[in-house]
Amino acid sequence: MSYLSDAFTWLNDPLNWKGPDGVTARLVEHLEITGLAVLLGAVLALPLGVWLGHAGRGGTLTVALTNASRAVPTLAALTILVVATGDLGNAPTIYALALFAAPPMLANAYVGVRGVDRDVVEAARGMGLSGLQTLLRVELPLALPLLMAGIRTAVVQVLATAPLAAYVGGGGLGRLIRSGFSTQDYGQTLAVALLVAALALAAEGLLAAAQWAVTPGRSLAARRPRPVELSDPVPARP
Amino acid sequence: MALSSAAQNPWVDWGYVRDNRDTILTALEQHVTLTLTTVVIGTLIALPLAVVARRWRWLRGPVIGTAGVLYTIPSLALFSLLAPWTGIGARTVLIGLVMYALLLLVRNVLAGLDGVPDEVREAARGMGYGPVRMLLVVELPIALPAVMTGIRLATVSTVALVTVGVVVGYGALGGLIVSGFDNNFYKAQIFTATALCVLLALLLDLLLQLATRLLVPWARGRAAA
Repeated sequence: MSYLSDAFTWLNDPLNWKGPDGVTARLVEHLEITGLAVLLGAVLALPLGVWLGHAGRGGTLTVALTNASRAVPTLAALTILVVATGDLGNAPTIYALALFAAPPMLANAYVGVRGVDRDVVEAARGMGLSGLQTLLRVELPLALPLLMAGIRTAVVQVLATAPLAAYVGGGGLGRLIRSGFSTQDYGQTLAVALLVAALALAAEGLLAAAQWAVTPGRSLAARRPRPVELSDPVPARP
Repeated sequence: MALSSAAQNPWVDWGYVRDNRDTILTALEQHVTLTLTTVVIGTLIALPLAVVARRWRWLRGPVIGTAGVLYTIPSLALFSLLAPWTGIGARTVLIGLVMYALLLLVRNVLAGLDGVPDEVREAARGMGYGPVRMLLVVELPIALPAVMTGIRLATVSTVALVTVGVVVGYGALGGLIVSGFDNNFYKAQIFTATALCVLLALLLDLLLQLATRLLVPWARGRAAA
Protein backbone atom coordinates (compact mmCIF):
# COMPACT_ATOMS: atom_id res chain seq x y z
CA MET A 1 0.00 0.00 0.00
CA SER A 2 3.00 2.30 -0.38
CA TYR A 3 1.25 4.28 -3.13
CA LEU A 4 -1.48 5.27 -0.70
CA SER A 5 1.00 6.55 1.85
CA ASP A 6 2.81 8.40 -0.95
CA ALA A 7 -0.51 9.98 -1.83
CA PHE A 8 -1.12 11.15 1.71
CA THR A 9 2.42 12.46 2.01
CA TRP A 10 1.87 14.41 -1.20
CA LEU A 11 -1.40 15.85 0.05
CA ASN A 12 0.21 16.84 3.34
CA ASP A 13 2.91 18.88 1.66
CA PRO A 14 1.74 22.51 1.75
CA LEU A 15 3.96 23.29 -1.26
CA ASN A 16 1.73 21.13 -3.43
CA TRP A 17 -1.25 23.29 -2.58
CA LYS A 18 0.26 26.68 -3.43
CA GLY A 19 1.14 28.46 -6.63
CA PRO A 20 -0.41 28.56 -10.10
CA ASP A 21 -0.05 24.79 -10.49
CA GLY A 22 -1.04 23.97 -6.91
CA VAL A 23 -4.07 21.99 -5.83
CA THR A 24 -5.95 25.09 -4.66
CA ALA A 25 -5.59 26.98 -7.93
CA ARG A 26 -6.38 23.92 -10.04
CA LEU A 27 -9.39 23.07 -7.88
CA VAL A 28 -10.79 26.60 -8.26
CA GLU A 29 -10.17 26.37 -12.00
CA HIS A 30 -11.91 22.99 -12.09
CA LEU A 31 -14.96 24.41 -10.33
CA GLU A 32 -15.02 27.48 -12.59
CA ILE A 33 -14.91 25.33 -15.73
CA THR A 34 -17.67 23.09 -14.35
CA GLY A 35 -19.85 26.00 -13.26
CA LEU A 36 -19.59 27.85 -16.56
CA ALA A 37 -20.17 24.71 -18.62
CA VAL A 38 -23.27 23.71 -16.66
CA LEU A 39 -24.58 27.28 -16.74
CA LEU A 40 -24.11 27.51 -20.50
CA GLY A 41 -25.71 24.09 -21.00
CA ALA A 42 -28.62 25.06 -18.74
CA VAL A 43 -29.26 28.32 -20.57
CA LEU A 44 -29.54 26.32 -23.80
CA ALA A 45 -31.33 23.23 -22.55
CA LEU A 46 -33.72 24.18 -19.75
CA PRO A 47 -35.91 26.74 -21.58
CA LEU A 48 -36.01 24.52 -24.67
CA GLY A 49 -36.90 21.40 -22.68
CA VAL A 50 -39.56 23.20 -20.64
CA TRP A 51 -41.11 24.71 -23.77
CA LEU A 52 -41.09 21.41 -25.66
CA GLY A 53 -42.68 19.69 -22.66
CA HIS A 54 -45.30 22.41 -22.34
CA ALA A 55 -46.12 22.31 -26.04
CA GLY A 56 -46.08 18.51 -25.95
CA ARG A 57 -43.84 18.01 -28.92
CA GLY A 58 -40.22 17.28 -29.66
CA GLY A 59 -40.15 13.99 -27.78
CA THR A 60 -38.40 12.27 -30.67
CA LEU A 61 -35.85 15.06 -30.91
CA THR A 62 -35.08 14.85 -27.19
CA VAL A 63 -34.63 11.09 -27.29
CA ALA A 64 -32.49 11.29 -30.42
CA LEU A 65 -30.23 13.97 -28.91
CA THR A 66 -29.84 12.04 -25.67
CA ASN A 67 -28.95 8.84 -27.45
CA ALA A 68 -26.57 10.49 -29.88
CA SER A 69 -24.76 12.21 -27.03
CA ARG A 70 -24.11 8.82 -25.46
CA ALA A 71 -22.28 7.55 -28.52
CA VAL A 72 -19.87 10.47 -28.94
CA PRO A 73 -16.77 10.11 -26.77
CA THR A 74 -16.24 13.26 -24.70
CA LEU A 75 -12.53 13.05 -25.32
CA ALA A 76 -13.21 13.28 -29.06
CA ALA A 77 -15.53 16.28 -28.70
CA LEU A 78 -12.96 18.06 -26.51
CA THR A 79 -10.18 17.39 -28.99
CA ILE A 80 -12.19 18.42 -32.03
CA LEU A 81 -13.32 21.70 -30.45
CA VAL A 82 -9.82 22.61 -29.34
CA VAL A 83 -8.36 21.80 -32.75
CA ALA A 84 -11.18 23.52 -34.66
CA THR A 85 -10.86 26.73 -32.69
CA GLY A 86 -7.08 26.53 -32.27
CA ASP A 87 -7.59 27.80 -28.72
CA LEU A 88 -5.54 26.01 -26.06
CA GLY A 89 -7.21 27.84 -23.18
CA ASN A 90 -10.25 26.78 -21.19
CA ALA A 91 -12.89 28.24 -23.53
CA PRO A 92 -13.19 25.25 -25.92
CA THR A 93 -13.24 22.93 -22.90
CA ILE A 94 -16.21 24.84 -21.51
CA TYR A 95 -18.08 24.68 -24.84
CA ALA A 96 -17.44 20.94 -25.24
CA LEU A 97 -18.53 20.22 -21.67
CA ALA A 98 -21.64 22.39 -22.12
CA LEU A 99 -22.57 20.21 -25.09
CA PHE A 100 -22.49 17.17 -22.84
CA ALA A 101 -24.26 18.90 -19.94
CA ALA A 102 -27.20 19.92 -22.13
CA PRO A 103 -28.80 16.53 -23.07
CA PRO A 104 -29.59 15.31 -19.54
CA MET A 105 -31.02 18.70 -18.61
CA LEU A 106 -33.03 18.88 -21.82
CA ALA A 107 -34.41 15.37 -21.40
CA ASN A 108 -35.30 15.83 -17.75
CA ALA A 109 -36.95 19.20 -18.34
CA TYR A 110 -38.99 17.74 -21.18
CA VAL A 111 -40.00 14.61 -19.28
CA GLY A 112 -40.68 16.64 -16.11
CA VAL A 113 -43.05 19.13 -17.72
CA ARG A 114 -44.60 16.56 -20.06
CA GLY A 115 -45.16 14.16 -17.18
CA VAL A 116 -47.29 16.52 -15.13
CA ASP A 117 -50.70 14.91 -14.59
CA ARG A 118 -52.94 15.98 -17.51
CA ASP A 119 -55.93 16.25 -15.17
CA VAL A 120 -54.10 18.86 -13.10
CA VAL A 121 -53.27 20.85 -16.23
CA GLU A 122 -56.89 20.60 -17.40
CA ALA A 123 -58.10 21.81 -14.00
CA ALA A 124 -55.76 24.79 -14.16
CA ARG A 125 -57.07 25.62 -17.64
CA GLY A 126 -60.62 25.22 -16.39
CA MET A 127 -59.94 27.75 -13.64
CA GLY A 128 -59.09 30.24 -16.34
CA LEU A 129 -55.31 30.18 -16.20
CA SER A 130 -53.58 31.12 -19.43
CA GLY A 131 -50.95 28.91 -21.05
CA LEU A 132 -48.11 30.89 -19.48
CA GLN A 133 -49.78 30.96 -16.07
CA THR A 134 -50.34 27.20 -16.21
CA LEU A 135 -46.69 26.73 -17.07
CA LEU A 136 -45.37 29.00 -14.33
CA ARG A 137 -47.77 28.15 -11.50
CA VAL A 138 -48.60 24.51 -12.15
CA GLU A 139 -46.29 22.68 -14.53
CA LEU A 140 -42.93 24.15 -13.49
CA PRO A 141 -43.35 23.65 -9.72
CA LEU A 142 -44.44 20.05 -10.30
CA ALA A 143 -41.57 19.43 -12.72
CA LEU A 144 -38.99 20.90 -10.34
CA PRO A 145 -37.71 17.60 -8.91
CA LEU A 146 -36.97 16.28 -12.40
CA LEU A 147 -35.40 19.57 -13.50
CA MET A 148 -33.19 19.25 -10.42
CA ALA A 149 -32.36 15.65 -11.32
CA GLY A 150 -31.20 16.82 -14.75
CA ILE A 151 -29.00 19.52 -13.26
CA ARG A 152 -27.55 16.99 -10.82
CA THR A 153 -26.69 14.58 -13.62
CA ALA A 154 -25.15 17.38 -15.63
CA VAL A 155 -23.03 18.74 -12.77
CA VAL A 156 -21.65 15.34 -11.79
CA GLN A 157 -21.00 14.45 -15.41
CA VAL A 158 -19.13 17.69 -16.11
CA LEU A 159 -17.11 17.46 -12.88
CA ALA A 160 -16.14 13.97 -13.96
CA THR A 161 -15.31 14.87 -17.56
CA ALA A 162 -13.42 18.09 -16.91
CA PRO A 163 -10.19 16.24 -15.93
CA LEU A 164 -9.94 14.91 -19.50
CA ALA A 165 -9.43 18.47 -20.73
CA ALA A 166 -5.87 18.22 -19.42
CA TYR A 167 -5.09 15.93 -22.37
CA VAL A 168 -5.97 18.66 -24.85
CA GLY A 169 -4.43 21.68 -23.20
CA GLY A 170 -7.17 22.53 -20.70
CA GLY A 171 -6.68 23.24 -17.01
CA GLY A 172 -8.25 21.96 -13.83
CA LEU A 173 -7.35 19.04 -11.58
CA GLY A 174 -6.76 16.74 -14.56
CA ARG A 175 -3.54 18.66 -15.15
CA LEU A 176 -2.11 17.33 -11.89
CA ILE A 177 -3.22 13.76 -12.59
CA ARG A 178 -1.59 13.92 -15.99
CA SER A 179 1.66 15.37 -14.69
CA GLY A 180 1.73 12.64 -12.04
CA PHE A 181 1.52 10.05 -14.81
CA SER A 182 4.16 11.69 -16.97
CA THR A 183 6.67 11.98 -14.11
CA GLN A 184 5.67 8.52 -12.81
CA ASP A 185 4.80 10.14 -9.49
CA TYR A 186 1.95 7.76 -8.69
CA GLY A 187 1.58 9.28 -5.23
CA GLN A 188 0.55 12.55 -6.85
CA THR A 189 -1.70 10.83 -9.41
CA LEU A 190 -3.42 8.84 -6.70
CA ALA A 191 -3.82 11.85 -4.40
CA VAL A 192 -5.45 14.02 -7.06
CA ALA A 193 -7.55 11.13 -8.35
CA LEU A 194 -8.87 10.67 -4.81
CA LEU A 195 -9.68 14.39 -4.66
CA VAL A 196 -11.56 14.26 -7.98
CA ALA A 197 -13.51 11.17 -6.91
CA ALA A 198 -14.38 12.78 -3.57
CA LEU A 199 -15.49 15.94 -5.38
CA ALA A 200 -17.83 14.01 -7.68
CA LEU A 201 -19.30 11.98 -4.83
CA ALA A 202 -19.78 15.10 -2.68
CA ALA A 203 -21.52 16.93 -5.52
CA GLU A 204 -23.74 13.91 -6.14
CA GLY A 205 -24.66 13.72 -2.46
CA LEU A 206 -25.37 17.44 -2.07
CA LEU A 207 -27.46 17.68 -5.22
CA ALA A 208 -29.35 14.50 -4.33
CA ALA A 209 -30.27 16.17 -1.05
CA ALA A 210 -31.36 19.31 -2.92
CA GLN A 211 -33.47 17.21 -5.26
CA TRP A 212 -35.06 15.44 -2.30
CA ALA A 213 -35.83 18.82 -0.71
CA VAL A 214 -37.76 20.07 -3.75
CA THR A 215 -39.71 16.83 -4.21
CA PRO A 216 -43.29 17.18 -3.00
CA GLY A 217 -44.68 14.24 -1.03
CA ARG A 218 -41.20 12.79 -0.89
CA SER A 219 -41.03 9.22 0.20
CA LEU A 220 -38.47 6.48 0.16
CA ALA A 221 -40.73 4.34 -2.00
CA ALA A 222 -39.93 6.60 -4.93
CA ARG A 223 -36.28 5.59 -4.66
CA ARG A 224 -36.94 2.01 -5.68
CA PRO A 225 -34.81 1.36 -8.75
CA ARG A 226 -36.73 1.08 -11.97
CA PRO A 227 -35.50 -0.17 -15.31
CA VAL A 228 -33.33 2.19 -17.27
CA GLU A 229 -35.00 2.91 -20.59
CA LEU A 230 -33.15 3.78 -23.76
CA SER A 231 -34.77 7.20 -23.72
CA ASP A 232 -33.70 7.87 -20.14
CA PRO A 233 -31.33 10.73 -19.54
CA VAL A 234 -28.68 8.35 -18.18
CA PRO A 235 -25.37 10.09 -18.36
CA ALA A 236 -22.75 8.50 -20.53
CA ARG A 237 -20.10 8.08 -17.92
CA PRO A 238 -17.28 10.31 -19.18
CA MET B 1 -1.78 28.42 -32.01
CA ALA B 2 -1.79 29.44 -35.65
CA LEU B 3 -1.22 26.64 -38.07
CA SER B 4 0.67 27.31 -41.21
CA SER B 5 -1.98 28.05 -43.78
CA ALA B 6 0.14 26.53 -46.51
CA ALA B 7 0.05 23.06 -44.97
CA GLN B 8 -3.05 21.12 -45.87
CA ASN B 9 -4.75 19.65 -42.86
CA PRO B 10 -8.25 18.51 -43.79
CA TRP B 11 -10.60 16.74 -41.37
CA VAL B 12 -11.49 14.09 -43.94
CA ASP B 13 -8.52 12.61 -45.77
CA TRP B 14 -8.65 9.23 -47.51
CA GLY B 15 -4.90 9.43 -47.98
CA TYR B 16 -4.46 9.20 -44.23
CA VAL B 17 -6.81 6.22 -44.01
CA ARG B 18 -5.01 4.44 -46.86
CA ASP B 19 -1.51 5.04 -45.53
CA ASN B 20 -2.35 4.09 -41.97
CA ARG B 21 -4.70 1.23 -42.55
CA ASP B 22 -2.88 -1.18 -40.27
CA THR B 23 -2.67 1.25 -37.34
CA ILE B 24 -6.34 2.14 -37.65
CA LEU B 25 -7.42 -1.49 -37.91
CA THR B 26 -5.32 -2.46 -34.88
CA ALA B 27 -6.89 0.34 -32.82
CA LEU B 28 -10.36 -0.61 -34.02
CA GLU B 29 -9.77 -4.24 -33.15
CA GLN B 30 -8.59 -3.28 -29.65
CA HIS B 31 -11.67 -1.11 -29.28
CA VAL B 32 -14.05 -3.88 -30.31
CA THR B 33 -12.28 -6.47 -28.14
CA LEU B 34 -12.32 -4.24 -25.06
CA THR B 35 -15.98 -3.33 -25.55
CA LEU B 36 -17.19 -6.88 -26.08
CA THR B 37 -15.08 -8.29 -23.23
CA THR B 38 -16.39 -5.58 -20.90
CA VAL B 39 -20.02 -6.24 -21.74
CA VAL B 40 -19.65 -10.04 -21.51
CA ILE B 41 -17.80 -9.94 -18.17
CA GLY B 42 -20.16 -7.23 -16.89
CA THR B 43 -23.19 -9.34 -17.77
CA LEU B 44 -21.69 -12.47 -16.21
CA ILE B 45 -21.16 -10.53 -12.96
CA ALA B 46 -24.44 -8.60 -13.08
CA LEU B 47 -26.72 -11.63 -13.54
CA PRO B 48 -25.79 -13.46 -10.31
CA LEU B 49 -25.59 -10.14 -8.42
CA ALA B 50 -29.13 -9.26 -9.46
CA VAL B 51 -30.42 -12.75 -8.68
CA VAL B 52 -28.81 -12.61 -5.22
CA ALA B 53 -30.16 -9.08 -4.60
CA ARG B 54 -33.62 -10.33 -5.52
CA ARG B 55 -33.54 -13.35 -3.28
CA TRP B 56 -32.29 -11.47 -0.22
CA ARG B 57 -34.17 -8.17 -0.30
CA TRP B 58 -31.88 -6.39 2.17
CA LEU B 59 -28.99 -6.79 -0.26
CA ARG B 60 -30.82 -4.78 -2.94
CA GLY B 61 -29.92 -1.36 -1.49
CA PRO B 62 -26.22 -2.10 -0.94
CA VAL B 63 -25.78 -3.71 -4.38
CA ILE B 64 -27.44 -0.86 -6.31
CA GLY B 65 -25.81 1.71 -4.02
CA THR B 66 -22.30 0.34 -4.53
CA ALA B 67 -22.78 0.20 -8.29
CA GLY B 68 -24.08 3.78 -8.19
CA VAL B 69 -21.07 5.04 -6.26
CA LEU B 70 -18.69 3.29 -8.68
CA TYR B 71 -20.58 4.90 -11.56
CA THR B 72 -20.11 8.35 -10.01
CA ILE B 73 -16.31 8.12 -9.83
CA PRO B 74 -14.86 10.04 -12.79
CA SER B 75 -13.22 7.74 -15.32
CA LEU B 76 -9.88 9.55 -15.33
CA ALA B 77 -9.81 9.29 -11.54
CA LEU B 78 -10.88 5.63 -11.54
CA PHE B 79 -8.21 4.60 -14.04
CA SER B 80 -5.62 6.59 -12.09
CA LEU B 81 -6.72 4.97 -8.84
CA LEU B 82 -6.41 1.49 -10.34
CA ALA B 83 -3.20 2.07 -12.28
CA PRO B 84 -0.66 1.81 -9.44
CA TRP B 85 -1.93 -1.69 -8.64
CA THR B 86 -3.19 -3.08 -11.90
CA GLY B 87 -0.56 -1.49 -14.10
CA ILE B 88 -0.60 0.47 -17.31
CA GLY B 89 -2.54 -1.29 -20.02
CA ALA B 90 -5.60 -3.20 -21.12
CA ARG B 91 -6.29 -4.87 -17.77
CA THR B 92 -6.78 -1.57 -15.92
CA VAL B 93 -9.09 -0.26 -18.64
CA LEU B 94 -11.10 -3.47 -18.59
CA ILE B 95 -11.56 -3.47 -14.81
CA GLY B 96 -12.66 0.17 -14.83
CA LEU B 97 -15.07 -0.32 -17.70
CA VAL B 98 -16.69 -3.36 -16.07
CA MET B 99 -17.20 -1.33 -12.89
CA TYR B 100 -19.12 1.28 -14.86
CA ALA B 101 -21.17 -1.21 -16.86
CA LEU B 102 -22.38 -2.93 -13.68
CA LEU B 103 -24.81 -0.18 -12.67
CA LEU B 104 -26.75 -0.23 -15.95
CA LEU B 105 -26.70 -4.02 -16.15
CA VAL B 106 -27.63 -4.83 -12.54
CA ARG B 107 -30.41 -2.26 -12.48
CA ASN B 108 -32.01 -3.61 -15.61
CA VAL B 109 -31.68 -7.28 -14.72
CA LEU B 110 -33.27 -6.55 -11.34
CA ALA B 111 -36.07 -4.53 -12.90
CA GLY B 112 -36.64 -7.28 -15.46
CA LEU B 113 -36.90 -9.95 -12.76
CA ASP B 114 -39.20 -7.66 -10.75
CA GLY B 115 -41.46 -7.46 -13.78
CA VAL B 116 -42.18 -11.20 -13.84
CA PRO B 117 -45.86 -11.56 -12.85
CA ASP B 118 -46.49 -13.51 -9.66
CA GLU B 119 -49.15 -15.67 -11.36
CA VAL B 120 -46.51 -16.89 -13.78
CA ARG B 121 -44.23 -17.87 -10.91
CA GLU B 122 -47.08 -19.58 -9.13
CA ALA B 123 -48.01 -21.50 -12.26
CA ALA B 124 -44.42 -22.63 -12.78
CA ARG B 125 -44.14 -23.67 -9.15
CA GLY B 126 -47.40 -25.60 -9.52
CA MET B 127 -45.88 -27.43 -12.45
CA GLY B 128 -43.08 -28.56 -10.19
CA TYR B 129 -40.33 -26.16 -11.29
CA GLY B 130 -37.46 -25.76 -8.83
CA PRO B 131 -35.79 -22.38 -8.23
CA VAL B 132 -32.96 -22.89 -10.75
CA ARG B 133 -35.18 -24.17 -13.52
CA MET B 134 -37.68 -21.41 -12.76
CA LEU B 135 -34.93 -18.79 -13.12
CA LEU B 136 -33.52 -20.19 -16.36
CA VAL B 137 -36.69 -21.23 -18.14
CA VAL B 138 -39.31 -18.81 -16.82
CA GLU B 139 -37.92 -15.70 -15.15
CA LEU B 140 -34.91 -14.83 -17.31
CA PRO B 141 -36.76 -15.14 -20.64
CA ILE B 142 -39.48 -12.80 -19.34
CA ALA B 143 -36.82 -10.40 -18.03
CA LEU B 144 -34.93 -10.53 -21.32
CA PRO B 145 -36.22 -7.29 -22.91
CA ALA B 146 -35.13 -5.25 -19.87
CA VAL B 147 -31.81 -7.12 -19.74
CA MET B 148 -31.18 -6.45 -23.44
CA THR B 149 -31.92 -2.75 -22.94
CA GLY B 150 -29.30 -2.69 -20.19
CA ILE B 151 -26.80 -4.45 -22.44
CA ARG B 152 -27.43 -1.97 -25.26
CA LEU B 153 -26.92 1.01 -22.95
CA ALA B 154 -23.79 -0.51 -21.45
CA THR B 155 -22.37 -1.28 -24.90
CA VAL B 156 -22.85 2.22 -26.31
CA SER B 157 -21.45 3.94 -23.25
CA THR B 158 -18.52 1.49 -23.11
CA VAL B 159 -17.53 2.27 -26.71
CA ALA B 160 -17.32 5.96 -25.77
CA LEU B 161 -15.48 5.21 -22.54
CA VAL B 162 -12.76 3.01 -24.00
CA THR B 163 -11.19 6.20 -25.39
CA VAL B 164 -10.43 7.39 -21.86
CA GLY B 165 -8.19 4.36 -21.46
CA VAL B 166 -5.59 6.51 -23.18
CA VAL B 167 -4.69 7.89 -19.73
CA VAL B 168 -3.29 4.51 -18.78
CA GLY B 169 -1.75 3.99 -22.18
CA TYR B 170 -4.48 1.82 -23.72
CA GLY B 171 -7.23 3.85 -25.30
CA ALA B 172 -7.57 2.06 -28.67
CA LEU B 173 -9.21 4.68 -30.95
CA GLY B 174 -8.81 7.19 -28.09
CA GLY B 175 -5.07 6.73 -28.42
CA LEU B 176 -5.30 7.80 -32.06
CA ILE B 177 -7.33 10.88 -31.06
CA VAL B 178 -4.82 12.03 -28.46
CA SER B 179 -1.77 11.24 -30.56
CA GLY B 180 -3.39 13.09 -33.46
CA PHE B 181 -3.75 16.06 -31.12
CA ASP B 182 -0.18 15.84 -29.83
CA ASN B 183 1.10 15.38 -33.37
CA ASN B 184 0.53 18.95 -34.49
CA PHE B 185 -3.28 18.89 -34.56
CA TYR B 186 -3.49 16.11 -37.15
CA LYS B 187 -7.17 16.59 -38.06
CA ALA B 188 -7.59 13.56 -40.33
CA GLN B 189 -6.42 11.21 -37.57
CA ILE B 190 -8.65 12.82 -34.92
CA PHE B 191 -11.68 12.80 -37.18
CA THR B 192 -11.21 9.26 -38.50
CA ALA B 193 -10.87 7.82 -35.00
CA THR B 194 -13.90 9.78 -33.73
CA ALA B 195 -16.05 8.74 -36.66
CA LEU B 196 -15.07 5.10 -36.16
CA CYS B 197 -16.03 5.32 -32.47
CA VAL B 198 -19.47 6.70 -33.26
CA LEU B 199 -20.04 4.24 -36.11
CA LEU B 200 -18.95 1.34 -33.92
CA ALA B 201 -21.39 2.40 -31.20
CA LEU B 202 -24.23 2.67 -33.70
CA LEU B 203 -23.38 -0.64 -35.38
CA LEU B 204 -23.17 -2.58 -32.11
CA ASP B 205 -26.44 -1.01 -30.95
CA LEU B 206 -28.10 -2.03 -34.22
CA LEU B 207 -26.80 -5.62 -33.92
CA LEU B 208 -28.07 -5.84 -30.35
CA GLN B 209 -31.41 -4.47 -31.46
CA LEU B 210 -31.62 -7.22 -34.07
CA ALA B 211 -30.56 -9.82 -31.51
CA THR B 212 -33.31 -8.60 -29.20
CA ARG B 213 -35.87 -9.06 -31.98
CA LEU B 214 -34.73 -12.62 -32.54
CA LEU B 215 -34.54 -13.48 -28.84
CA VAL B 216 -37.78 -11.86 -27.73
CA PRO B 217 -40.12 -11.87 -30.72
CA TRP B 218 -43.12 -11.30 -28.43
CA ALA B 219 -41.80 -7.88 -27.36
CA ARG B 220 -41.32 -6.62 -30.89
CA GLY B 221 -43.90 -3.88 -30.53
CA ARG B 222 -42.30 -2.57 -27.36
CA ALA B 223 -38.72 -2.81 -28.64
CA ALA B 224 -39.61 -0.62 -31.59
CA ALA B 225 -40.99 2.11 -29.36
